[in-house]
Amino acid sequence: MNAEVIIVGGGIIGCSTAYNLAKNGVSVIVLEGSEHIGNGGSTRNGGGVRQSGRDPRELPLVMYAIKNIWKDLSDMLDTDVEYHQQGNLRLGSTDKHHQILNGLTERAIKCGLDVRMIDGYEARQINPYLSEEVTCASWCPTDGHANPLTATMGYYKMARRLGAHFISGEKVTEIRKIKGKARQVITESGNIYEGDKIIVASGYESRFIVSTVGIDVPMQPVLLETLVTEAVAPMFWQMLGTADADFYGHQSNHGSFVFGLNSGYEPYARPGKPVSSSIAVSAACRGIMKYFPSLSDIKVVRSWAGWMDSCADHIPVISPVEEVPGLILACGFSGHGFGIAPAVGLLLSQLATEQKTTLDLSEFRYNRF
Amino acid sequence: MNDRNRNIGEYIPADDDNIIVCRCEEITKGEIRRAVHDGMFTLTEIRRYLRTGMGLCQGQTCTKLVKSIVAKELGIRPSDLEPATGRAPMRPIEMYILAQDGEDMK
Repeated sequence: MNAEVIIVGGGIIGCSTAYNLAKNGVSVIVLEGSEHIGNGGSTRNGGGVRQSGRDPRELPLVMYAIKNIWKDLSDMLDTDVEYHQQGNLRLGSTDKHHQILNGLTERAIKCGLDVRMIDGYEARQINPYLSEEVTCASWCPTDGHANPLTATMGYYKMARRLGAHFISGEKVTEIRKIKGKARQVITESGNIYEGDKIIVASGYESRFIVSTVGIDVPMQPVLLETLVTEAVAPMFWQMLGTADADFYGHQSNHGSFVFGLNSGYEPYARPGKPVSSSIAVSAACRGIMKYFPSLSDIKVVRSWAGWMDSCADHIPVISPVEEVPGLILACGFSGHGFGIAPAVGLLLSQLATEQKTTLDLSEFRYNRF
Repeated sequence: MNDRNRNIGEYIPADDDNIIVCRCEEITKGEIRRAVHDGMFTLTEIRRYLRTGMGLCQGQTCTKLVKSIVAKELGIRPSDLEPATGRAPMRPIEMYILAQDGEDMK
């Protein structure tokens, strides 16, 4: 099967790229290795659409997405992506936390972000449910959150409506060059797909796929775990984080709280199917209750896990590959790809059609290591 | 291999589309049928898109119903559809209890 662009990976990066290409009349085939669209980190993350706390090199991507795309995304995708832009509180309770938050805040201010340090009193003015434990916080009023499930499936739905061709259960094993150019994608089932451009956006699996044309990206799979609670009446709409990143999350439109967890053991999780550990939910509940005592009685309904593709320097690779003309890489999003996905999809569609990209991508080159 | 472009026909409105199938999340039969025509071809995708089976009962009431509706819409057998993954804890549990981690709070 042929198309102008073949995308390997049906996560939110692949789906948003397919949407942007299909919208401009470019023919595109998306190959998803698993049985389900958006089966990796795309639908398993905590839903942050944050600028604060982000690597300065990644900031322009998320600032662009927040200024230009997120607000209109529900209309664009004919799907409620539940975007809320009511700020991000990153909370701390010790001198060390203050130092961490202050460092992050100073770096972000240098990049032109509206973020500042506040004390516990001001934090409780913003969010009255916070306990007295909280003594400091960073506050970024333009941050927010969205629903990773509906955003990912929304991009898929609209890309498909616009003519993008999706095939799941089609695991890519090899990229094949023809006359020195990446042209063919071979799958486990023996099918061959051919395109002028091949975009690999397959999370950690990208490493194996592009190794077949001699390219390597230094990244490791790291587990992420998340929990969701029962629905309760609306309490607050800010995105929350902590200086130690031991939990992060928000209340959703549905009324449930979604919290990402961090027990410290995530980089050492057993490979294979991502499985919730027995300790992370309990550890996170202790952290959450310390800062939000009023959530003690709320019931946890579900927990799940997923893999993120943690890159050596914790920012993604978004880059054409010079030695392999026709190949474009989009991987190593290191657990913060969701908030920037709408911008990355636009930029990848520009790379694939050899247009000038709206933002400079030189920090994300594949050969920076 | 699951080709999302394969022809499953048009969505045809039905008299019973307003019946609530997932009672916890109040999702109707019509919403499920339309989601299939919007490309949600697996029970996991339906769940992510509509929240079926993600409420307090964790799908104990509606899983079979959703499965048969999706299968019929796709023109396949219900047994051809993989169930969505069950998630811990199997019953809703308060944070203060989970936080104890097998130990007393005090």
